[in-house]
Amino acid sequence: MNAQLQPTGSAYFITKETESNERRTLAVLVDNEPGVLARVIGLFSGRGYNIDSLTVSETEHEKHLSRITIVTSGTAHILEQLKHQLERIVPVHRVVDLSIIADQRGHDRPMERELALVKVRGRGDNRVEALRLAEAFRAQVIDANTEHFIFEITGRVSKIEQFIAIMTPLGLVEVCRTGVAAMNRGPEGM
Amino acid sequence: MNKAESERAADASAHQEMTGAEIVVQALRDNGVEHIFGYPGGAVLPIYDELFQQDNVRHILVRHEQGAGHAAEGYARSTGKAGVMLVTSGPGATNAVTPLQDALMDSIPLVCITGQVPTTLIGSDAFQECDTVGITRPCTKHNWLVKDVNELAATIHEAFHVATTGRPGPVVVDIPKDVQFAKGSYTPRQTAPRTSYQPQVQGEMEQVKAAIALMAQAKKPVIYSGGGVISAGTEACHLLRELVDLTGFPITSTLMGLGAYPASGANWLGMLGMHGTYEANMAMHDCDVMVCIGARFDDRITGRLDAFSPHSRKIHIDIDPSSINKNVRVDVPIIGDAGRILEDMVRLWRATAKADKSALKPWWTQIDIWRARDSLAYRPNDDVIMPQYAIQRLYALTRDRDVYITTEVGQHQMWAAQHFGFDAPNHWMTSGGLGTMGYGLPAALGVQIAHPEALVIDIAGDASVQMTIQEMSAAVQHNAPIKIFILNNQYMGMVRQWQQLLHGNRLSHSYTEAMPDFVKLAEAYGGHGIRCDKPGELDDAIREMISIDKPVIFDCRVAALANCFPMIPSGKAHNEMLLPDEASDEAVANAIDEKGRQLV
Repeated sequence: MNAQLQPTGSAYFITKETESNERRTLAVLVDNEPGVLARVIGLFSGRGYNIDSLTVSETEHEKHLSRITIVTSGTAHILEQLKHQLERIVPVHRVVDLSIIADQRGHDRPMERELALVKVRGRGDNRVEALRLAEAFRAQVIDANTEHFIFEITGRVSKIEQFIAIMTPLGLVEVCRTGVAAMNRGPEGM
Repeated sequence: MNKAESERAADASAHQEMTGAEIVVQALRDNGVEHIFGYPGGAVLPIYDELFQQDNVRHILVRHEQGAGHAAEGYARSTGKAGVMLVTSGPGATNAVTPLQDALMDSIPLVCITGQVPTTLIGSDAFQECDTVGITRPCTKHNWLVKDVNELAATIHEAFHVATTGRPGPVVVDIPKDVQFAKGSYTPRQTAPRTSYQPQVQGEMEQVKAAIALMAQAKKPVIYSGGGVISAGTEACHLLRELVDLTGFPITSTLMGLGAYPASGANWLGMLGMHGTYEANMAMHDCDVMVCIGARFDDRITGRLDAFSPHSRKIHIDIDPSSINKNVRVDVPIIGDAGRILEDMVRLWRATAKADKSALKPWWTQIDIWRARDSLAYRPNDDVIMPQYAIQRLYALTRDRDVYITTEVGQHQMWAAQHFGFDAPNHWMTSGGLGTMGYGLPAALGVQIAHPEALVIDIAGDASVQMTIQEMSAAVQHNAPIKIFILNNQYMGMVRQWQQLLHGNRLSHSYTEAMPDFVKLAEAYGGHGIRCDKPGELDDAIREMISIDKPVIFDCRVAALANCFPMIPSGKAHNEMLLPDEASDEAVANAIDEKGRQLV
């Protein structure tokens, strides 16, 4: 009581976020029906959550189930909210925080892989160098003529980042990445 | 139609070939719908044609789709059933967005059927086309665009299931016009819901035990209940009362939860939060065990979060897992239906906890000291009607009646919550989460349709009521004798109050210079108008309002500059309330004036 009568500036309580951000990989199992992806990503944009990477495909055709893999970052509190909010979406079956499970099982992080197609254009030394490096990265040539290559590379996000970085000065034309596919080690399912 | 009959009818209609429009009406009947609120238009004409040819579902024509939505919300909140609205495509659907979001935030079961342009035209920017499922996705619990007439019946059944189970909420079923014409088979209601949607209703017994153990040791407990208890049904409200009686705990409630525990009950502290009572907020701040049942720690409730009830262990009962730890960290979360969990708690308390109510005596002594502060007091006035006085008289003169109250949003809403006592659930309809001005008048229409014999009063403000005043015409058409009791102070009172508190008393656009003559307006609509500006004449005027069997607009001229106290100013904690005797109108204006001058 005895609150001082003073302008407090706002109709809402504005506090600064002080917690640090964590990176998490979520696996979301959903009914594959129209609009389901919009519901999931709409939740992220509507509530101000981040999406770093998104991968979607139907994984069980007879049950029409799709698995969405989302790499996101936020404070522990936001990430907990995010999981519950995702679970609240009607066609969502399960949300599993793969990063937490990995942590519980004593692993650094879930198994995460990404595929990228990388087009490089060049002649002469650059062309030879690009091919040599691609071999070192175990990238496959899936299309080529005398002026270009398209490499297919699979691996951890960091490996793909590195490959793209070194291809840039050698005549990088375009890149297409699938986003992260992830699951945890060990015999158990999600 | 009784249950057996309706089941037979459902059997007969099973797998019959019907048009989509026939399927809609049949599905409404099978889901127990007696009334729908709506407005016709090009993309729903087949459904309207079907409605025309039957008598089972009564359609209430409103004047604006927003009115249909709020009327359906009022209908739903006062009956416990789903409210149903029917609107056309494009503007019909976009006008429905406000009530949909309102229902989402207040957890009201609302089924909205929208017409859509024919499937072949979707995406072509056709006349009255909009992306209804896209627009309503974030303001519904779930929505569907039905492109195949054979899926229409099952989708409508699922829509009712989703709207009414778990944490209730609004749903939209968008039906293109060609699907309404197409013939397809009708699927009867099925009990097996989709596998991905399985709300948890039964609380974890271990958690309930932990809660009871915490409550049994409490020296300074408080129960903080919310709209979830009312959504859980009348049985849940009975169990809440039983728990309060058994434990002897004091109880407060959110705006949405008023009536779950009777205002006349001995343990009632009044509403809590920004405009709650001193005793309720102080009890919340000082308690050692908080039992939150069906409430969600909204920012209007908690005040400054880092100073919210700093010394308490918190139990949180909610059917929505995402409500747990959203704003406030709790110690014992219990997910499930409030009624089921209360049943377990009552049983467990009887079996295990020794009810030594004398241990709470010092706590009650402290509460009585806070109560004696009389935080809802105001300075009476013989010359002008004080708004609080008007509500008190309205309450006193309607106590012998089955009275339902709806409100708009603003000062009048808070005064109604503070000064009108609610002894039963489902009798108080207000827009809590979204704070929708214009909610009350159409909501009153919906309540009156559900309860034709009851006295239904919209306690309104002069600004709010003008947002949906056109529904007066709908009330007259449908012989709904709603009473619109306007606390007319010519201001957007709550806006002005915040301008006085926060913005140096610069009353930017919060005064309504051209106010309509509400008496003439009532008469123009075919209703009855009453004006009163003298405290001495108020009782007779209220009696006159009650006695008239048609819609009434009561223009109650109240003290223009009265403000709503007590109040937790923004950024303050529960124990830093602004009390009415410290914050007279003059004091507020003057204090802010000086500060304001310094700022400018």
